[in-house]
Amino acid sequence: MSKYHVTTTINGEPVEYLCETQQTLLDVLRNELHLTGSKEGCASGDCGACTVILDGKMVCSCLVLGVETEGKTVTTVEGIAQGDKLHPVQQRFLEYAALQCGFCTPGFIVATKALLDENPNPTETEIRYWLAGNLCRCTGYDKIVRAVQAAAADIRGETVA
Amino acid sequence: MSTLNYAAPKTVDEAVKLLAGTAGLAKLLAGGTDLLVQMRSGRVKPDLIVDTKHIPGMISIRQEGGGFKIGAATPGVMLEAHATLKAAWPGIVEGLDLIGSEQIQGRCSLVGNLCNASPAADSVPALIAARATCTIVGPSGIRIAPVESIVVGPGRTSLAKGEFITEFQLPPRPAHASDAYLRFIPRTEMDIAVVGCAVNVVLDDKGVCKDARVVLGAVAPTQVVVDAVDKALIGRTLDDAALKALDAAARGVCNPISDKRGTIEYRVKVAGVLARRAAAIAFARAKGETPVTKH
Amino acid sequence: MNYFASDLKVVGTRPIRPDGVEKVTGRAAFGADYVMPGMLWGKVKRSPHAHAKIVKIDASKALALPGVKAVVTGADFPDIPAEEAFIGEGPVNFRDQAYNVIARGKALYEGHAVAAVAATTEAIADAAVALIDVTYEVLPFCIDVADAMKPDAPILHDDLFTAGVDPKPSKPSNISKRVAFKKGDIDAGFKDAEIIVEGRYTTQPVHQAYIEPHACVCAIGADGQVNIISSSQGQFMVRAYTAKLLGMNISNIRATPAEIGGGFGGKTIIYLEPLAVAMSKKSGRPVKMVMTREEVFRASGPTSGATIDVKLGAKKDGTIVAARAEMWYQAGAFPGSPVQPGVMCCFAMYDLPNVEAIGYDVVSNRPKVAAYRAPGAPISTYATESAMDDLARKLSMDPLSLREKNAAKNGTKTHYGPTLVNIGYLETLQAARATEHYRTKLGKHQGRGVASGFWFNIGGESSAAVHIAEDGTVVAVSGNPDIGGSRASIGMMVAEVLGVQPDLVRTIVADTASIGFTHVTGGSRVTFATGMAATQAAERVVEQLKSRAAQIWDIAVEAVEWKDGQAVPAGSNAGAFEPLSIAAIALKSGRTGGPISAEVSLNAQGAGPGFATHLCDVEVDTETGQVTILRYTAVQDVGKAIHPSYVEGQVQGGAVQGIGWALNEEYIYDKNGRMDNPGFLDYRCPVASDLPMVDAVLIEVPNPRHPFGAKGVGEVPIVPPMAAVANAIRDAIGIRLHSLPMSPPKVLDALEKGAG
Repeated sequence: MSKYHVTTTINGEPVEYLCETQQTLLDVLRNELHLTGSKEGCASGDCGACTVILDGKMVCSCLVLGVETEGKTVTTVEGIAQGDKLHPVQQRFLEYAALQCGFCTPGFIVATKALLDENPNPTETEIRYWLAGNLCRCTGYDKIVRAVQAAAADIRGETVA
Repeated sequence: MSTLNYAAPKTVDEAVKLLAGTAGLAKLLAGGTDLLVQMRSGRVKPDLIVDTKHIPGMISIRQEGGGFKIGAATPGVMLEAHATLKAAWPGIVEGLDLIGSEQIQGRCSLVGNLCNASPAADSVPALIAARATCTIVGPSGIRIAPVESIVVGPGRTSLAKGEFITEFQLPPRPAHASDAYLRFIPRTEMDIAVVGCAVNVVLDDKGVCKDARVVLGAVAPTQVVVDAVDKALIGRTLDDAALKALDAAARGVCNPISDKRGTIEYRVKVAGVLARRAAAIAFARAKGETPVTKH
Repeated sequence: MNYFASDLKVVGTRPIRPDGVEKVTGRAAFGADYVMPGMLWGKVKRSPHAHAKIVKIDASKALALPGVKAVVTGADFPDIPAEEAFIGEGPVNFRDQAYNVIARGKALYEGHAVAAVAATTEAIADAAVALIDVTYEVLPFCIDVADAMKPDAPILHDDLFTAGVDPKPSKPSNISKRVAFKKGDIDAGFKDAEIIVEGRYTTQPVHQAYIEPHACVCAIGADGQVNIISSSQGQFMVRAYTAKLLGMNISNIRATPAEIGGGFGGKTIIYLEPLAVAMSKKSGRPVKMVMTREEVFRASGPTSGATIDVKLGAKKDGTIVAARAEMWYQAGAFPGSPVQPGVMCCFAMYDLPNVEAIGYDVVSNRPKVAAYRAPGAPISTYATESAMDDLARKLSMDPLSLREKNAAKNGTKTHYGPTLVNIGYLETLQAARATEHYRTKLGKHQGRGVASGFWFNIGGESSAAVHIAEDGTVVAVSGNPDIGGSRASIGMMVAEVLGVQPDLVRTIVADTASIGFTHVTGGSRVTFATGMAATQAAERVVEQLKSRAAQIWDIAVEAVEWKDGQAVPAGSNAGAFEPLSIAAIALKSGRTGGPISAEVSLNAQGAGPGFATHLCDVEVDTETGQVTILRYTAVQDVGKAIHPSYVEGQVQGGAVQGIGWALNEEYIYDKNGRMDNPGFLDYRCPVASDLPMVDAVLIEVPNPRHPFGAKGVGEVPIVPPMAAVANAIRDAIGIRLHSLPMSPPKVLDALEKGAG
């Protein structure tokens, strides 16, 4: 069978690609579109390193077929910053040293943005449960949670030292 | 080299025809959170994937006749965000909500969780406890069946070839009625239930139980209804004696296996514990109180 | 020169790391993110059996599949002699490594590579793997140490005779070696003891569980020149192993380190690169290989599970007079468990007169273990620090007081030989006692645990360079992959020496052809050893800058001082000159002797050991056995925190890996010797909602052997947590659990039986 032709919007840009049925959105992003910011840590929805926002909902791109994305809108980690201006989540991850190896970081950045878009004032518990699908093996999560809290304060317009 | 086809029918009829016309294995795609994992691991090798999400109504929540109609492929996030549904059936919403991560919630559905036919499926016990029904379409037309008739064993359903579920129906809620679902997992998130328990109750205005249904998951080849619940709960308030009777009743129906997620002995013990705890939450909710929960 | 006593402007601050923006925007390229033009995808055929003779491998069907370009088996690789070398975090045997990368004759564990295939697409490669027909003769297997040591156990290696025993055995065995360290007279010590505690403890293998699976892309040309881009803890390690295993000259291989998505010791060895290079040679095209998560679990190294017997004897005043431990570590399919460091570390926190510590390295049909953060120490220390808690209870002593009473101090001779100097163990105990955490009250079913840990930290061979750009900005070059912020710490030390802002220094990690030899990122050695090389390189650059200034001013170099990033006259006798900035000197470098740069290669000695003391509060659900971590404080002597945020991060991350090890992580095998939980669903690493914040308390007792006083920080934080959690559970429920993980069924079982 031939490949499917998919028309979609990725990080605000119209994108067309060809894919086979079994190719996941993650396969398409990484191998067809060379958007390698989304990572494959497990390919089973257990690590969150491939998190993207699909039509406003946070999903694991390893659990979405490329063909399903027809007509949809996708935001990946590459689309979080506005040009050279980092999103507050990215800035606070840097300032709070919320990354060590950096492999899980794209997934955390996208998941955190999705959280703060929905709830700019999450409790620590809400942050921890929201991010439970993003595994980080380096940090023990402490600095990630603090960075999320700081980014949330930024988004609420509060000054944080 | 791929021989796997994909179709996204726009109507039920179209989908039924596609399924009927496939010689090989056709798999229905709702949220894909089980199917894609199974395909990747090679456990399932379909010839056709039928994406059901473009069929009208498959992703929807409607209030009708005092009850609710939920499109089969509606993702967890939509149930969670539906305040009226959550107020009427908090146990059903929390059952689906406990599946996987927030990312999984963006995709996972009642139909996928049911038809994957895992004994540990988190959203199924509360549907059965609610006496929910589902609409099944197929080559021989439409039928409505109780949710508890669908799963017949691990990985096996009663659906005939070419049949699929389009909608779930939840009955109207009387006063002083509520439900709860609890599961036990080793971590706080991301695990498969070692034991799951849903409790659905209707109380009178004095807090005496008029009707109750308790359903366990992961303790038998399919979800099991705790049949002795009549004696344990009905006509009683949730006092210590009732809790003790419920604990024993829950343990009594367990027929689990030992596997990497839990032993027989452990599952049986925890089934009793969860039944008590879920009942406490359901009773509190039915009385209009805010139960204390961990999450 | 030592800087730690001087007024530091950069070291000790918290600048944004040089590689940070790339990593928060998705631009940082990890192993699997690289492609080479015309590349193929390689996949591995793995044994489904725990132990089997490979009778025949028939690849004809795979080779007939359109798109398949190469298949390799063990027969395609040279048979190399057994040779001990030190490459990773411990001694390695190249022959074992070769046989681990691809099986010869026998498959020794489920997941052992038996063949590999390269094809034009990943899907074709997957399909081809299924078409490779391997005929096995299935053999009896052993998974656990106890089974492997039985007289009738299936023997993995006919040529393996237990080393370290007298007389030399005449029959092969699965016990590869015995190690023993003794101090004083153990029997006399126990005779002298008034209180004795003892116990047997078991642990399960746990995986490093880095989130990035192993990945590489490799190409070999007709001239035999090899390019490798891969994710590892050491590009020089990749180069050496690949050369050895393929029988090549080392200099023919250029290994470029990709960003590495976590290693924790597990990427100090290789699995894929020799296969990819061999298939590149057969196909004439580059080959990319990426493991799946399942392959990572089944075929890459976890650390050992073990059984440990501990016995402690003390006087009634708490003075420990005798300490004995005997331990059996799983090595996996080839010798090389971290039992020796386990034996060495387990009592190193204490000043003990009489010690006997014995270890056995035991092979069985499991994946070959790989280093995991303080290799060996967490396992043995779980047992000895649990026993310390029992001893404190039996003595009715505060657990910190018992440790203070027996703490190793400067001048303490360890049971494994060396005498400790410049250590800060006592300081960690005192700081732990001073925390608010230690004073808070606990509720019902809650408990508090205390445990300490030791790790040697290492130095070794490292190279670093500092180059001054034409405009006076600075490039620092490190030979170590940066797993957790070493670009930041190295750049900061260089900036401090040069007297410039850290953002003027761009620190990069060089490939094997662009910097001198450097040992792996491991052993908590990078900031110490490579940091020392970078500091010395910066000092040499300062000397050059002074010399250039002297030329510009036409005065003697001795009359030039380096101050706040500028050359200034040393005094009024030197003459009156306006200070010269690095930029001003660089501008004229062409006329004063050419480019300004220095590379330093050294073998750093004198790494200061790491000591840590952790406090853990838990609550136990006595109906389900579930343990919740309520509060956690990790106190550690770090020498000097170069970038405190990343030091805290190491401490917090290590503690949380230890919490996972304590509560839920384990390899589960089915009755056929196959791993039953090879994924993140059932191999349960801690998730964010499982944990509270982790307070990291940094104690700074400087190491005078490092220019800034730094000690390694990454490893010791994983040593105390298992005992800290176990001791907290003991405190909460009154029952000592003797086996890891302390998962809910085990805790509930202990509650019902009244014993663990």
